[in-house]
Amino acid sequence: MSDIVEKTLTALPGLFLQNQAGGGPAAAKAPFSSRLGGLVRSITALTSKHEEEKLIQQELSSLKATVSAPTTTLKMMKECMVRLMYCEMLGYDASFGYIHAIKLAQQGNLLEKRVGYLAVSLFLHESHELLLLLVNTVVKDLQSTNLIEVCMALTIVSQIFPREMIPAVLPLIEDKLQHSKEIIRRKAVLALYKFHLIAPNQVQHIHVKFRKALCDRDVGVMAASLHIYFRMIKENSSGYKDLTGSFVTILKQVVGGKLPVDFNYHSVPAPWLQIQLLRILGLLGKDDQRTSELMYDVLDESLRRAELNHNVTYAILFECVHTVYSIYPKSELLEKAAKCIGKFVLSPKINLKYLGLKALTYVIQQDPTLALQHQMTIIECLDHPDPIIKRETLELLYRITNTQNVTVIVQKMLDYLHQSKEEYIIVNLVGKIAELAEKYAPDNAWFIQTMNAVFSVGGDVIHPDIPNNFLRLLAEGFDDEAEDQQLRLYAVQSYLTLLDVENVFYPQRFLQVMSWVLGEYSYLLDKEMTEEVITKLYRLLMSDSISSETKAWLIAAVTKLTPQAHSSNIVEKLIQEFTVSLDTCMRQHAFELKHLHENMELMKSLLPVDKSCEDMMVDASLSFLDGFVAEGLSQGAAPYKPHHQRQEEKLSQEKGLNFEPYGLSFSSSGFTGRQSPAGISLGSDVSGNSADTGLKETSSLKLEGIKKLWGKEGYLPKKENKTGDETEAPVPQETTIMENVDQAVTKKDQSQVLTQTKEEKEKQLLASSLFVGLGSESSVNLLGKADTVSHKFRRKSKVKESKSEETTSGYNVTCSSFSSLPNVAYEEDYLNTLQDRGDKELKKFSLSSELLDPESLTELPLVEKLSNCSLSTPSLFADNNMEIFHPSPCTTVSFAKEISLASSLLDETAESLNSDCMEICDNETISVSSHKIYKDDCLLVVWLVTNKSSTELKSANLEIFPTENFKGLLLWFLEITEQPECCLSITEAENTKIFQYSVQMEKPFMQGNLCGFVNYQTVDTLSAQLEFSVNLSLLDFIRPLKISTEDFGKLWLTFANDVKQNVKMSDSQAALPSTLETLEQKLRLHVVDIIGNEGLLACQLLPSTPCLVHCRVYADILALWFRSSCSTLPDYLLYQCQKVIEGS
Amino acid sequence: MIQAILVFNNHGKPRLVRFYQRFPEEIQQQIVRETFHLVLKRDDNICNFLEGGSLIGGSDYKLIYRHYATLYFVFCVDSSESELGILDLIQVFVETLDKCFENVCELDLIFHMDKVHYILQEVVMGGMVLETNMNEIVAQIEAQNRLEKAEGGLSAAPARAVSAVKNINLPEIPRNINIGDLNIKVPNLSQFV
Repeated sequence: MSDIVEKTLTALPGLFLQNQAGGGPAAAKAPFSSRLGGLVRSITALTSKHEEEKLIQQELSSLKATVSAPTTTLKMMKECMVRLMYCEMLGYDASFGYIHAIKLAQQGNLLEKRVGYLAVSLFLHESHELLLLLVNTVVKDLQSTNLIEVCMALTIVSQIFPREMIPAVLPLIEDKLQHSKEIIRRKAVLALYKFHLIAPNQVQHIHVKFRKALCDRDVGVMAASLHIYFRMIKENSSGYKDLTGSFVTILKQVVGGKLPVDFNYHSVPAPWLQIQLLRILGLLGKDDQRTSELMYDVLDESLRRAELNHNVTYAILFECVHTVYSIYPKSELLEKAAKCIGKFVLSPKINLKYLGLKALTYVIQQDPTLALQHQMTIIECLDHPDPIIKRETLELLYRITNTQNVTVIVQKMLDYLHQSKEEYIIVNLVGKIAELAEKYAPDNAWFIQTMNAVFSVGGDVIHPDIPNNFLRLLAEGFDDEAEDQQLRLYAVQSYLTLLDVENVFYPQRFLQVMSWVLGEYSYLLDKEMTEEVITKLYRLLMSDSISSETKAWLIAAVTKLTPQAHSSNIVEKLIQEFTVSLDTCMRQHAFELKHLHENMELMKSLLPVDKSCEDMMVDASLSFLDGFVAEGLSQGAAPYKPHHQRQEEKLSQEKGLNFEPYGLSFSSSGFTGRQSPAGISLGSDVSGNSADTGLKETSSLKLEGIKKLWGKEGYLPKKENKTGDETEAPVPQETTIMENVDQAVTKKDQSQVLTQTKEEKEKQLLASSLFVGLGSESSVNLLGKADTVSHKFRRKSKVKESKSEETTSGYNVTCSSFSSLPNVAYEEDYLNTLQDRGDKELKKFSLSSELLDPESLTELPLVEKLSNCSLSTPSLFADNNMEIFHPSPCTTVSFAKEISLASSLLDETAESLNSDCMEICDNETISVSSHKIYKDDCLLVVWLVTNKSSTELKSANLEIFPTENFKGLLLWFLEITEQPECCLSITEAENTKIFQYSVQMEKPFMQGNLCGFVNYQTVDTLSAQLEFSVNLSLLDFIRPLKISTEDFGKLWLTFANDVKQNVKMSDSQAALPSTLETLEQKLRLHVVDIIGNEGLLACQLLPSTPCLVHCRVYADILALWFRSSCSTLPDYLLYQCQKVIEGS
Repeated sequence: MIQAILVFNNHGKPRLVRFYQRFPEEIQQQIVRETFHLVLKRDDNICNFLEGGSLIGGSDYKLIYRHYATLYFVFCVDSSESELGILDLIQVFVETLDKCFENVCELDLIFHMDKVHYILQEVVMGGMVLETNMNEIVAQIEAQNRLEKAEGGLSAAPARAVSAVKNINLPEIPRNINIGDLNIKVPNLSQFV
C-alpha cells in the first residue's frame, strides 16, 4: 500500500490536496457518483420521447447550476462532465459546459484532466473558437514528464486541433518521435499524420522523419507510419517508388512470421499490417512493370500462406487479389488470384460472397471470362434476399452489358429500382440505366419506354444531364433520317398515351421532357392531332401539381404548336387565363404568345417546324430600334453605356488601386441562361437588352462551353477507358474465352439432361440471356472487327468524319507551325545576323549553300526534327513525349580556321549580348570552351572545340545529354536542336570547331546544367570521350521587353501573380535612374519609363512570358513590385534584383 | 479512415457515439438514427456491410456492423479501409471491452461511458487504427487504471456502485430475456464470417 501511495505522490502531486480540499463533505460524494446511475435509471423508466426530453432538460438545468457554482469542486465537475457527455450523446445541447470541460482539462489532476480532454474531444470541433483556450494546456502537457499526460495530449491533438495553431506544438511532437517509449512515438506519428491531413504544407519538412518512423525498431510505430505513406502514395505514387523494396521486405518478414507472437491474431501474423502493406504495394505497382516485378514473389507467398479458414485470412486474400489485379499483370499470379475470387464467390458465407462480387466487378474489364465462369452464382445473387448483394450484382452486370443482353440487365435494374427508396441509390442506378439505354438500345420502342421508366422512377432527383442528353439525342438524330422520325414519332405517341392516363402524377422533369418533345415533334402526327396535343398541354397547365418552371416549358410547347393548329380556341383561352396570372414569368410568356398570335406570319417564321438544331439569323444589333433610340436621345435621355463600361467608370471614380482585371468583369445577361430551348428562341425578340449586342442568338440548345461528358454512346471518358481496355486484352485469352463459351454451353446441355426443376431452368435461361455475347463479343473485338457490332444509337457518322477531319487538320496545323512559323522567323533573324556580320566573314565560313537558300529553309527543320529524333539524340527524347519538343531552328555549324577568328566572330555577333568565353574542360588532345549568346528569341550556347594536338582527328562529335540527371528540377525542359552537320570532323590539326545550340526553355526552372560530351577519334587510338557541362540559369532566358508606357499599363492589369518587396539601397545608387540602369544592364530588363520617383521596367522570359516591374523610391528604400502571368517568375526576378542592388 | 463509430442498442438508444469527422450536432443525431434504421432492417444472417446512407457521404462510405446480443457496433469507414479487416477490428474492440469489464454488458457501456471511450482511444486514434493487439490495449488501459485505483482508495469505488446497479431491475431490459442474455457474449468469430 505504501508504494502505491508513494507512486501516487510522485505521479500526481496535488492529488491529496485536491481530495482534501474537494472531498471535505464526505456525504456529497455518494450522491454524485450515483447521479449518472439515477439519471440512466429514470430515463429508461420513461415511456415517451417527450418525457425523456423533459427529464433531460431538468437534468441539464441542474447541471448548469452545479457547474457554474463556485463551490463545485473539480471532482464534482468531473462527474458532471460525464453526465453532460451522456446528455450530449442523446442529442441534447450542453454547450454551457464546454468551457468547463476546457477548464477541467487545464486545472484538474490526472484523472480529471482525462475526463476534461475526453469531454473536449466529444463536444468541440476543429474550428470551434473555445479550442484556442486549450492550446496552452496541450503544450504544457506535451512537455510533461508524466507519460500519461503526454499520451492524453497527443490523443487530443490527433482528434481535434485548430489548424492555425499547429506551429505551436509541431516541434514538441517532432521531439516525441525520438521518445524512448514506443507508445509515445506511435501516437506522435499519428498526430503528425493528422497534421498532414489538415495542413500538408506545414509538415512537409518532416518527411525525412516519417522515413525514420518507417524504419523504427518497434513494429507499432512502423505500422503507424504506414498510414502516412498510404496517404502520400495515393496522392503521388511516383515519389515513393524507391520505398517499394522496403515495403516488400517488411511484408516478407510479416508473412514469414518473423514478428513476435504477440502480433498474431488468431495465429495470423499482424493481419492489419499485411492489409495495409498490400494496399500500398497495389498503389506503387500500378502501371509500373519494374516496380511490380519486385513484388511478385511476396504476393505469391501471401496468396499461398493465407490458407487458414478464418475471417481475417480472407481479408488478406482479398487485398492480395486486389493488388494482383492492380499492378502490372503476371499471368501466373492472375491465375491464382482468379482461383481465389472463385473461392470468395462460391463461399456460402455471405460476407465473402459480397467481397467476391466486389472483386469480380473490379476485374471484369480485364478478364470477362471470370464472369462466365461464375454466371450461375451471379444469377443466384440477383435474387438474393440481401439488397446489398443485389446491388453489387447489378453493378457487376452493368460492367458486362452489351447489345445482346442489355434488355435483360436493364429490366433487372428497373426491378431493383422499383423496390428501393433511398435517394442516392435511385440517382446512381437511374444514371446507369440511362447510360446503358443510350448505348445499347435494341430498338426505338424499348429505348423510349426505358427512358420513360427512368424519368418516372427517377423523379426529380435524377441528374439533370439525363433529360438534357435525351433531348439532345432526339433533336440531333442519328445516321438515318427515317429512323429518327420514327423514334420521335414513337416518343410523341408514347407521351400522349401517358398523358391520357387519369390521376397519375409524373415528376416535373419528366413533364418538362414531354412538353419539349411534344412541342417540337407533334407535327409528325396527323394535322388534326395538334389541337388535341394543345388541349392536353393546356389541361396540364391548369393542374395544381405543376411547378412554375414546368409551366414555362409547357407554355413554350404550346407556343410552338400554335402556328400549326387550325383553330385557336384553346390558345386564346390560355392567353386570357395567363395574361392575368400572378406569376410574372407566366404573364410574360402569355403576352409573348398573345402578340405572336396576332401576327401569324411572324410566328411561323420565328418558330419553324423541326429546326431545333439549326441556327437562326437574327438582327443582334437591334437596328430596328434605332429610331426609338434616336427619339429617346433627342428627348434628353443619357446614351447607353455597356455594362463593363459603366463598371469601369464606377471603379475609376473610386480611389485606390483596382486589383481586378477589367477585361473579365464583362458579363452577359439576358436570356442566355434560360433552360427552355423555346425560351431562347423567343428571347431575341423580347429581351431588348443591348448588353447582348454581338452575341448571336440561336434557337438551338446552347452547347458551347459545356464540357462534353456525355455523348450518344454514354459517358465519354469512360468510353475511352473501355475501348482502351478492350484493345489491351491479351491475345491468348481469345482461346480461353472460346473454351469457356463451350464450357458454358456444354454445362448447359448437361444440366438440361439432368432432371431439372422449373426454377433452375428459368435460371439457366436467364443466364444465357445475361451472359450472351460476353465471350463472343470480346473475341470479335480481338479480331479487330469491333466496328461490326452495331450500336443502335451511334453518333452521326457525318459528325464522326468531320471530327476526324478536324483532328487531322489540327494536326497538320500544328505540324506546320512546328516546322515553319517559328523557324522562318528565326532563320530570317539569323540570316540578318549573318548579314550584319558582313559579307567578308561570311564567305570565310563554309556554310552550305542551301542554308542560305530561303526556300529550302522552311523544309529543313522538319528533316532535322526527324533526324534528331531518330538518330542523333535518342537519349534526349527517350523519356519524354516527343510532341513537346518544338524543334526550333537551329543553328548552323560553322567552323573557323583560327581561334582568333572565332573569337572575333563572337565579338561581332550582331548586337546580341554575350557572356565571357570560358574553358569548361580539356585534356591533352582537345579543349572545349563555351559561352552564351543572348539572342532576342533564344539562348545560343556556343562551344569551341579545339584540337590541341598536332595530329589529325578522324572525327569529332558533340552531343548533349538529356537533363534528367537533375533531380528536384522536375520542371526542367530544354529544347535543343542540333544540326546534323555536327559530326563534321575536325580533321586538321590545331583546328577549332564551333558548335552552336539554341536553347529554349519549355517551363521555368531556376537553374540547371546542360551537359554533354565530345566524342572524338584520333588517327591512332580508339575513340575517346570528354564530358562537360554548362550552367544555365533562368536569368539566361530573360530578355528586355520593349513596350510603351501605355501597353505597360494594360498588361499590368492582366497579370495575376504579383510579388512586392522593399529593398534597401546603398547611398551610391540612391538615384532611381542609375539603379534602373544597373538593372537594365545586369538583368537585361528594359526601362519603359521613369516618372518622378517611380520607374517601370519590363522583361520577358523566353519564349514569351512577360514580367513587369514597378519600382518606387522612398529615401533609400526601393519598393519593387513584380507582376507576371507566370507564378514563379516574380519571385525569381525579385531575388535577382535584390542581389544586384544589394551587391553593388 | 474511420469516419465514425456508433454503438446503439436494439432500440436505437445510442450507447457510444464518436465522430472523427466533423458533423453538426443535429446531423450526428440524424446519422445515428438513419444508421439504426438501416441496420435494424437486416437479419443476422445477411452480410455485415452496408453502403453509407446519404448523410454520411453516399456510396464511397461503408457501414460495417456487428450485432452482439443487445448492441449494434457500427463503424463507418471510407474506401481506404478493408471491410473484413474492420469487421475483425470490431471483434478486437469488443473482446477488449470484455476483458476490461469482465463479462461486459450493455450496462457497463452506459455507466462507464468515459472508460469505454478511453479504451476506444487506444484502438482508434483520430480515425486511424492505432493498435490491434489486444494485450497491448489492455496493458495501456491497466496502466491508466492503476491511477484510478490509487485514487479509488480515497473515494468510493465506482465498480462497487456499478455492480449494485447491475442488479437493479431496469424497465428497459426486455422482460422476456433473462439477465444472462444481457451480457455481450463474445462469440466465436467463425459464425460472423
